[in-house]
Amino acid sequence: MLELRRIAYHQEDFHLTADTRISAGFTALIGPSGAGKSTLLNMIAGFLAPTSGQVLWDGQEISGLPPAKRPVSILFQDNNLFPHLTVRANLALAMTTRCPDADQLARIEAALAQVGLGGMGGRRPAALSGGQQGRAALARVLLQDRPLMLLDEPFSALGPALRSEMLDLVARLAAEQGIRVLMVSHAPEDARRVADEVALVSQGALHPPQPTQGFFATPSKQLQAYLGDG
Amino acid sequence: MAQRALPLSSLPRSGAGLWALLVAGLVIGPVTAVIWRAGGLGALGPADFDALWFTLWQAAVSAGLSVALAVPVARALSRQRFPGRGALIALLGAPFILPVIVAVLGLLAVFGGNGLVNQLTGALGLPRIDIYGYHGVILAHVFFNLPLATRLILQGWLAIPAERFRLAASLDAPVGRLLERPMLRRIAPGAFAVIFVICLTSFAVALTLGGGPRATTVELAIYQAFKFDFDLAKAATLALVQLALGIASALALLLLSPPDGFGAGLDRLQARWDGRSRPARLGDALWIGFAALFLLTPLAMIVLAGLPGLMVLPVETWQAALRSVSVALGATALTLVLALPLATRAGELAGLLGVAVSGLVLGTGLFLIVQPLMRPAEAALPVTLLVNALMALPFVLRILRPELDAARADFGRLAATLGITGFALWRIVLLPRLRRPLGFAAGLTAALSMGDLGVIALFADGEHATLPLQLYRLMAAYRMEAAQGAALLLLTLSLGLFWLFDKGGRANA
Repeated sequence: MLELRRIAYHQEDFHLTADTRISAGFTALIGPSGAGKSTLLNMIAGFLAPTSGQVLWDGQEISGLPPAKRPVSILFQDNNLFPHLTVRANLALAMTTRCPDADQLARIEAALAQVGLGGMGGRRPAALSGGQQGRAALARVLLQDRPLMLLDEPFSALGPALRSEMLDLVARLAAEQGIRVLMVSHAPEDARRVADEVALVSQGALHPPQPTQGFFATPSKQLQAYLGDG
Repeated sequence: MAQRALPLSSLPRSGAGLWALLVAGLVIGPVTAVIWRAGGLGALGPADFDALWFTLWQAAVSAGLSVALAVPVARALSRQRFPGRGALIALLGAPFILPVIVAVLGLLAVFGGNGLVNQLTGALGLPRIDIYGYHGVILAHVFFNLPLATRLILQGWLAIPAERFRLAASLDAPVGRLLERPMLRRIAPGAFAVIFVICLTSFAVALTLGGGPRATTVELAIYQAFKFDFDLAKAATLALVQLALGIASALALLLLSPPDGFGAGLDRLQARWDGRSRPARLGDALWIGFAALFLLTPLAMIVLAGLPGLMVLPVETWQAALRSVSVALGATALTLVLALPLATRAGELAGLLGVAVSGLVLGTGLFLIVQPLMRPAEAALPVTLLVNALMALPFVLRILRPELDAARADFGRLAATLGITGFALWRIVLLPRLRRPLGFAAGLTAALSMGDLGVIALFADGEHATLPLQLYRLMAAYRMEAAQGAALLLLTLSLGLFWLFDKGGRANA
């Protein structure tokens, strides 16, 4: 379980606070752009230090750890794969910075098969379609096998149908592997589609997550403001 | 708990400060030796003030002429399309990697005593021209810097948005007054400043074409204090003068922040509606013809005159070539090793020291340090290697830093989540991303070092000469055929090294 304990982040005119627990299998953070969704994600991943407060995982503080030592993996908006390495070499980096051994190679092939890219390990990312690149990145995250997966506006370069397909795949494989997911998105329909709980980031604060159905059925004032009266 | 979550910028940059100190030390050490040994500015005689005056004067005239001639050439290139335009623009980048001494030999073949021009004027009964002296120095500087000025100014032209030309065309407004003159007012001072600084530290041109009371630069005076008087205190005092010149001009450059000459895509062609009239096209053709002839004839002469000379090259020349290639490869390796951790803002400032301090100043300082310990001739090659590396460093940093910043911005976070740090970060992420600029930078460094005739002249004896020095000696001994052969060899090796490295960076990338 992820806990954000009295987190505050200040930089010039930007202020953000968060004091809540995130425990669902798949949680979505939504809110207007500039509200601080990605800032929160960056603090959890270890790219940004909060001005004050702590990030805890299962009761252990992780705020001081470098990104790679945290129990999190992350899918970025783009640049999830090194373009000069083959897909197999990219995936190997989830486990080692040396030459992968036979066991690790077998796990890479298995992960590729899981995401529907069996036999494509020898290709460079440029030889894959956008959807295939997303799948390869997902395979990499699965191989990292961290208990929390962060998604930063994932697959935003893909068309709506392909994006939905990818989100379904992420949700299914993460659930199978027992990985919790925290997704940042500006698209409410994405959250509605795959999230168990949704939390709103607006007016400088992270609001506590609520079950998805209730969240959209009885929208709060802030959510109404964000979604508009359409 | 401590806020140890690493800010992105500091992730792969540990140790950059240490490197910066090391590089600064490599420059400051010799400079300290110079200052310590120099007798104070009071020790300067009238001849030294003449040298200072000539240095400033020739740099100003060379820069002014280069920029003035570059304006019509760049305008012609920017608005006319013709076959060979791309090749000509590519050729404008060549003088940067062309060994100075080779170019001087090419200019001698055209403008020298028995050169093409004098044969022509002789046949027509006109007075002969003499290339030795201040006009030869200026001619050579314009030969080297007209292409650079043209590139810088052409970049200014191409930076004018296409919409402006469309707007001017639809209004039938005067392009020159509306668009071109404001651009030139912005670009030309920076171009002038860059070339002025380059000409301040020019040594090989002054050594070969200048000399005498009316055409001695400060750098040449340093060399003469070494070679003719072996007056180390005087050499150090002159080096102090050159150092002050260098620092003043480097500061001026920082303030002016001139345009960057490495810009790619200069062979782009904008849609233009001006310059279509017959006189305009004729004028442009003349300017382009003048520039092409001025730049290409000396190069062609080197190839033509050099081929027979290759057969009669003395064996020492081949040995010198081998030494030069070794020094060039060593300098390239050292520059890259220094540059990679230094490719930060602070590092680039430390690297700039290499611009402010000329090769001869560094050489003087190193000579003073080395002299009590060993025979300077034995240190000639290592010192040349070190000075070449330091001289190339600012260019290499300028090339690498934007690419390194981009690689870090694109993949720094991914590498951090995967725990790729330290040496693995360089091996797996950064070096592969930098292949192309690394190849280009290595090629530039190798070519610059291969063709450098500077500090080696202070140190070397016959057994430690590099190819440019050997070539200079052949010239000084009036063995012109062998000199022309050596020039062709040097040209081939310089361009060849550049081509090999640059190509290596592009392969499979």
